[in-house]
Amino acid sequence: MSDLTADIAPVEAPAKVETPFQRFRAEFFASKIATGALGVFLLIVLLAVLAPLITPQDPYDLAQVSVMDGRLPPGSEAFDGYTMWLGSDGAGRDLYSAILYGLRISLTVGLASGLIALLIGMAIGLIAAYVGGRTEAVIMRIVDLQLSFPASLVALMLVAALGKGVDKIILALVVAQWAYYARTVRATALVERNKEYVEAAQCLGISRFRIVFRHILPNCMAPLIVVGTVQTASAISLEATLSFLGVGLPQTEPSIGVLIANGFEYMLSGRYWISVFPGLALLLTVVSINLVGDHLRDVLNPRMRK
Amino acid sequence: MTAVLEVSGLKTHFFTHDGVVKAVDGVDFSVSKGEVMGLVGESGSGKSITGFSILGLIDPPGRIVEGAIRFNGEDIANAPQDKLQRMRGNRISMIFQDPMMTLNPVLRVDTQMIEAILAHEDVPRRTAWERSRDALGLVGIPSPEERLQAYPHQLSGGMRQRVAIATAFLNKPDLIIADEPTTALDVTIQAQIIHEAQKLTKQTGTAMIWITHDLAVVAGLADRISVMYAGRIVEQGGIDDVIDRPLHPYTVGLLGSVPTANSRGQRLFQIEGMTPNMLALPKGCAFGPRCHAKSAACSMQPSIEDVCGRRLRCFNPQAKTEMVQ
Repeated sequence: MSDLTADIAPVEAPAKVETPFQRFRAEFFASKIATGALGVFLLIVLLAVLAPLITPQDPYDLAQVSVMDGRLPPGSEAFDGYTMWLGSDGAGRDLYSAILYGLRISLTVGLASGLIALLIGMAIGLIAAYVGGRTEAVIMRIVDLQLSFPASLVALMLVAALGKGVDKIILALVVAQWAYYARTVRATALVERNKEYVEAAQCLGISRFRIVFRHILPNCMAPLIVVGTVQTASAISLEATLSFLGVGLPQTEPSIGVLIANGFEYMLSGRYWISVFPGLALLLTVVSINLVGDHLRDVLNPRMRK
Repeated sequence: MTAVLEVSGLKTHFFTHDGVVKAVDGVDFSVSKGEVMGLVGESGSGKSITGFSILGLIDPPGRIVEGAIRFNGEDIANAPQDKLQRMRGNRISMIFQDPMMTLNPVLRVDTQMIEAILAHEDVPRRTAWERSRDALGLVGIPSPEERLQAYPHQLSGGMRQRVAIATAFLNKPDLIIADEPTTALDVTIQAQIIHEAQKLTKQTGTAMIWITHDLAVVAGLADRISVMYAGRIVEQGGIDDVIDRPLHPYTVGLLGSVPTANSRGQRLFQIEGMTPNMLALPKGCAFGPRCHAKSAACSMQPSIEDVCGRRLRCFNPQAKTEMVQ
């Protein structure tokens, strides 16, 4: 008996089929550029989060900022003894510290406004697609109206009306951007709601609310993630634009845009570093997010799959 | 046997820009407990719309304009949506044609099945999970625990249709409407699925309406058959009567166009022409222009009458079936 069973090859365990997420992950990390961009972005986030621990100076603390250190070129020694590797701005802020603290504000504003706009736009788009009829027509005309203005103009007007401050900037960016999400979600949801699985769910007596949020919404996530990434990058640069124009954040809360604006007047006098280094930080942030977004689009778009 | 479902004079019309499409125009039938009724017809004959009318899932511009749908004695035609929603998936279930499309691609099988139970009953998740597992076992899915964790794309077409059938039977409904559930499957799987469905209806006493265009499928499965053409039932009766001795020229034609072992090498019978445009139905009998037994009387609309143990809508019943041979 025993030598009989010995001949039988052990049954191979069925290959573990990968979940959609595992496949997505494998495809995403197949691209070196996207992996690198994601790495850079995560590094930027990490630096921003850890800013108080790794910077020699708190640029918000006036006791630590000395006008005596103003406009020092990169590599100079500060009055307090540390080296200002990226130089200092007109107020005597160490640029390396100011950039990291500025990134905190820029990222917070960008991510918060992106997320809030996503949630609002998503809900509105879903309602438009599922309810249809007059409600949809009204919502989509508002979206069209909103999208016919450049986002920067809408944000500019709002900030001018609301005043300065992080909360007001976020509000302005949300208002300027929700329409992009609403339009994307509606377009995808319209396709999804006509698919048979929705009909099948209706035939199972599942409630409308559940069908919309549990069945249709997850199927709309792919384009939403892509738009979300790109819009977050544009929210960050939009905030920088507003701050650069002097209507965004106050001097006391220097975001990247404020720093660039601060250095602008010194550009022609050869003190390039005050504007250039914050500019580079902004560029790196926005480009890395956009690269990640571009590649997400390739991976999540079934038509672009090999 | 008591009728689970009694449809009488059902008319579902679509009010389009180009005119009124009478997709279902006066359909009567009834299904009893444990009975399988085949609803046969070409594409566009109104068989699916009949099914959706019963479930109350006719979207505008369509609506049920006339007729009664008595389900367990209660008229549910044009009943309020919340009442119908409690009924759907609970008392009446539906199985669809394409199992690739009817399962939500981003939700796991267990999520979708448990949800179908919890939508109608207040039971613990664990109980719902156990019932889902048992249901999968009943339709012949090996190792149901593992399959429950799968995403639809990890299952084959036949497997997915079994999941769909199991889901339809989850809440032990009184009636299941199966809309061409085997059309998208290959023949061997078809046979298995039909076998499972037949077994389950006998076991549970569930009544079933099996919508199909394939007479061969219905012949082996149904107890009774209704043949639809252009929104109306043209012949209705016991499966043996209708399949062995069809009287309506359309049924004769349908049966004649099924390939059999005896008809090898011969040209199959073909019904001339195409299904009529539903916006411009021919005067009189809708099948008239395509009929080989047409007579002068056919310029009038024939009514449905009891003939030779069945219901028939024709002036010139085919006593013989030599047309086929």
